[in-house]
Amino acid sequence: MRAMVVKEFRQLLRDKRTLGLLIGLPIVLLVVFGYAANFDVSKIPTVVVGPQAAEVAAQLHAPFEVTEIDPAGDRATVASQLQDGKAVVGVVTGQSPMPALMDGTQLFSVQAAKGAFARMAQADVADGVKPPAVTPEVLYNPDIKTSWIMIPGLTGLILLFIGTMTTSLGIVRERQAGTIEQLAVMPFRPWDVIFGKILPYLLLACLDLIAIVLLGMALFGVPFVGSVATFGIGALLFLLVTLGMGVLISTVSQNQGQAIQLAIMFVVPQILLSGLIFPVDAMAAGVRWIAYILPLTYFVDISRGVMLKAEPISALWDPFTVLLVMAIAVLGLAVLRFRRDLAPSTRHHSAEEPELKAVA
Amino acid sequence: MVGGDGAGKSTLLRALVGLVRLSAGTARRPGKRSIGYIPATAGLYVDLTVEKNLAFIGRAYGVTGAEYVTRSEGLLERIGLTQARSRLGGQLSGGMQRKLAVAMALFHDPELLVLDEPTTGVDPVSRAELWRLIARAAARDTAVVVATTYVDEANRGSTVLLMDQGRAIATGSPSDIIAAVPGAVGVVRDAVRPRGPSWRSGSSWRVWAPSDSLPEGAESVTPTFDDAVMIAALADGEKA
Repeated sequence: MRAMVVKEFRQLLRDKRTLGLLIGLPIVLLVVFGYAANFDVSKIPTVVVGPQAAEVAAQLHAPFEVTEIDPAGDRATVASQLQDGKAVVGVVTGQSPMPALMDGTQLFSVQAAKGAFARMAQADVADGVKPPAVTPEVLYNPDIKTSWIMIPGLTGLILLFIGTMTTSLGIVRERQAGTIEQLAVMPFRPWDVIFGKILPYLLLACLDLIAIVLLGMALFGVPFVGSVATFGIGALLFLLVTLGMGVLISTVSQNQGQAIQLAIMFVVPQILLSGLIFPVDAMAAGVRWIAYILPLTYFVDISRGVMLKAEPISALWDPFTVLLVMAIAVLGLAVLRFRRDLAPSTRHHSAEEPELKAVA
Repeated sequence: MVGGDGAGKSTLLRALVGLVRLSAGTARRPGKRSIGYIPATAGLYVDLTVEKNLAFIGRAYGVTGAEYVTRSEGLLERIGLTQARSRLGGQLSGGMQRKLAVAMALFHDPELLVLDEPTTGVDPVSRAELWRLIARAAARDTAVVVATTYVDEANRGSTVLLMDQGRAIATGSPSDIIAAVPGAVGVVRDAVRPRGPSWRSGSSWRVWAPSDSLPEGAESVTPTFDDAVMIAALADGEKA
């Protein structure tokens, strides 16, 4: 047995990346996830509209953060702000009790807002001041069902797992089999190989996506109120990023083990940091910036917005643009990296002579 | 191209087809569409059938339709895999795999065929069949560059490059290389190893005398190609 133990240690010590992962990853994960794991929303973007907008806004304290006061606005103004994701709570003044519209796709913010309104009512009673009577009204997800909020984002997580894991093996498998050198000598351009690797998986992932969205709707009654086309474009961009990331991982890995490790390192943080479970706004600042560079963060925005709120594409430019930039960056890097590996001599000291006649 | 393991044959072939960046010198080759290359380790997809492997090559080089059928049937026939067309690449024997790989490299009728140890680990019958394929391509005006560790195979080349430790130690036709052998070669039919540079050949010893004076008991012979290869390596070792 001693021989086996020593051999395993030697092999482990040789693979620095695995070793680093075994020692470094638990520490990083604990710290990052520890700071991310926060259900307490400290800021709730709030709009106040109607004739008493200014007075009511003055009475709203933390966690409410009044982002807009619009005395000329009405219920429709609030609804549109909530739909576009510019605010989570909107108070419509000018009637009693005042309706406080809430974005039901923001589970923890809604809970925090309800709690805050209840505490305000009690505090004002204690002070002997007449409390502003507020009736919470939750839009898009009136029963605040967790499944409605989770399933749109979960579709993204599932695609992330399948997409990144499968494509991360694509090129490294050719490298280990040695066929990659043949591909390099065949009349392919680097992007022929990269996109040739991605397209079959993209097609399968699209079918997967349709199946899981339909299943989510059938099993959990999740609504799909928005535009299928908007959702489709968002999903396509997201898939290009995840599949491209898989291929990029594949081009920088020497063997399938390394590829899987890197894919796990890319996928796992997104479970907790993408806003799927913990709200991104509630995360510590440093960790929030990690959330902003993860593609799932943007797909969660798009899928929740479109499926539950019918958010129009005009309100989703930010996540669309970020995903597009990510897709271009990831695929571009994969092609460059692949070119560097495969065709090192195209620019140096080599001449290709299409007309060179064979001299046997 | 002949040399022992680690002599630099694969690297030189990879440089020739453009997989290695050259730090000096030039490599002249036809365009990618006119090169057929098999690395030492691979040559085909083990998780695709014989037919699907050929279909991939056909599509990659734009050989389709009737032309594809004619070429693939012809090649399958020639390598004796017509019956095995639906078998997975990984289920073929080592020899069959190499034959399929060579057939794939020849599929698009390349101007330059580069084969890295195509016959290593292949049984003698399959080796002969492989060489028939390669010779046929050469006869049809394809330039063939083959790396091998087998000296008898190197003898088939019109030009032979002997390599050792990353350097060319001799080059020329087999007869040139034999003619260039310095000193004298003898044979000693004795169980005891003679003095000086010598090596086993069957039940006797071959002995090389760089200064022409063979040891006592040695019978002078005309060097063979095998002798020439051995002596080139010894002579290079003495220089170094």
